[in-house]
Amino acid sequence: MENTIIAKNLSVEYNNHTIWQNADFVIEKGKFIGILGPNGAGKTTLFRLLLGLIKPASGKLQVLGKEPQRGNPRIGYVPQRHHVDSDMAIEALEIVRIGLSGNKWGMSFSPEKERKIALESLRIVGAEELAHRPLGKLSGGELQRVFLAEALVAKPDLLLLDEPLANLDIRRETNLIQLINEVVKSQGVTALLIAHNINPLLPVLDSILYVAEGKIATGTPHEIFTSESLTKLYGTPVEVLRDSQGRVAVLGVDEAPYHHE
Amino acid sequence: MNNLIFSFNIWKDLVNMLSYDFMLHAFEAGTIVAIVAGVIGYFVVVRRSSFAAHALSHVGFTGAAGSVLLGLNPLSGLLTFTIGGGIFMAMLGRRAENRDVQIGNVLAFLLGLGVLFISLYAGYATEAYSLLFGEILGISFHSVIITLIAGLLILIATGIIFRPLLFTSLDEDVAEAKGISIQEINIAFMILLAAAVSISVQVVGVLLIFALLVTPAAIAQQIARRPMQGIAISVLISLLATWLGLFVSFYLPYPVSFFIVSIVFIIYLSVRLFQRLN
Repeated sequence: MENTIIAKNLSVEYNNHTIWQNADFVIEKGKFIGILGPNGAGKTTLFRLLLGLIKPASGKLQVLGKEPQRGNPRIGYVPQRHHVDSDMAIEALEIVRIGLSGNKWGMSFSPEKERKIALESLRIVGAEELAHRPLGKLSGGELQRVFLAEALVAKPDLLLLDEPLANLDIRRETNLIQLINEVVKSQGVTALLIAHNINPLLPVLDSILYVAEGKIATGTPHEIFTSESLTKLYGTPVEVLRDSQGRVAVLGVDEAPYHHE
Repeated sequence: MNNLIFSFNIWKDLVNMLSYDFMLHAFEAGTIVAIVAGVIGYFVVVRRSSFAAHALSHVGFTGAAGSVLLGLNPLSGLLTFTIGGGIFMAMLGRRAENRDVQIGNVLAFLLGLGVLFISLYAGYATEAYSLLFGEILGISFHSVIITLIAGLLILIATGIIFRPLLFTSLDEDVAEAKGISIQEINIAFMILLAAAVSISVQVVGVLLIFALLVTPAAIAQQIARRPMQGIAISVLISLLATWLGLFVSFYLPYPVSFFIVSIVFIIYLSVRLFQRLN
């Protein structure tokens, strides 16, 4: 099986300050990976590396069989968006369409064909009925579906999702997770998702990259979310509690990874 | 003077009006400017660069004042200064959030320089007035040709960078990840904006630039669901306001720019009111 991402002894710096170092991990094709860890630990930085927007300080990184390069059409990206203005009247379909051909020069000569492809992408995420609604009038959960469709429209092999669950209520959060999981399984896409709360993701994640204290730990959710592994990662006593349904709570870390921003 | 009376036969009025060279030139330049301002204005609004548009027009004032002082065509000074200022602004800040203050800093200094230039010039009052509030009725055939060439170049260049420009305007982070250089597009857009501002100053002047470059597009952006629709509506509004403004001003002893600004503002108010009621 082809590996989507291979990182060997990978380190990254920002302004001569090491964000994290010596990361080793392999992500197989078609897996659904959660990226967790406290704020500022370098989760988004990992995405910027994969997108080729920044270079590693040292080590090796391969994405889809090559070194990361900017504008790789095989990667779909949903950045963390802080807000969409409520007076934004552009319809959802147009933002999806721009994900398909927005990086080409000149004007489009086949707008209707592109709109059809964009509509199909909205259908995949179950948001066909949002196609002609203004972006500014959509709820947080609806917007995330539209952005997911925008990322999927060019048929990527790798999907990078930066905190798509932020600001969603529990029901919408569960719905979106199920949807992403279905897309991952049905489209054969590899997905990396940055999140703060592991619990709603526990049933679907294949493995986790836990970014903290300048290191990245990898493993299945059950391997990572134990008192031993998090204590080792943070270097201070951390306790992981589990309830009857398998949900976890992390104690002893300044910023509990299960809280919402 | 009989010819200057409104006859209710609009066609006859128009033919009569355009038999005057100054009116013909005004209509020609006004039409080109309205189309360009409508197109560029749409991007100004979706990119939230209206402050930059405002700033560039003030920078242009200094350039124009300098040209006047040196006995050159004000438009050449306008173009040089706004394009220089535009590139400078684009280089300063990559992300939209941190541009305003930097632009403001440079702006105050340049505007002061403009005041100095214009005060050194003998025909101080008239020249200052036409730069600040526009003087489309005094536009020469030579300026119409320059406006036409500049307008065509702006539209062609906008067509070439159309999709990346729209992408970075609507969804900057994804556009960057898709390999578009935000910085390059920003510089290109600021040059286009600078040129659009320069030719618009002839019609509405430095102080009323918003009327052509921002308000029509702001109205369009409220209504249009698709970018191309937005651009079309924006162009239509600025064309309508320019034509109607010129038409009315032929019969009334008040400045054209006042009429253009008023028409645009009335449309703006009507659309907002209509949206409120719905």
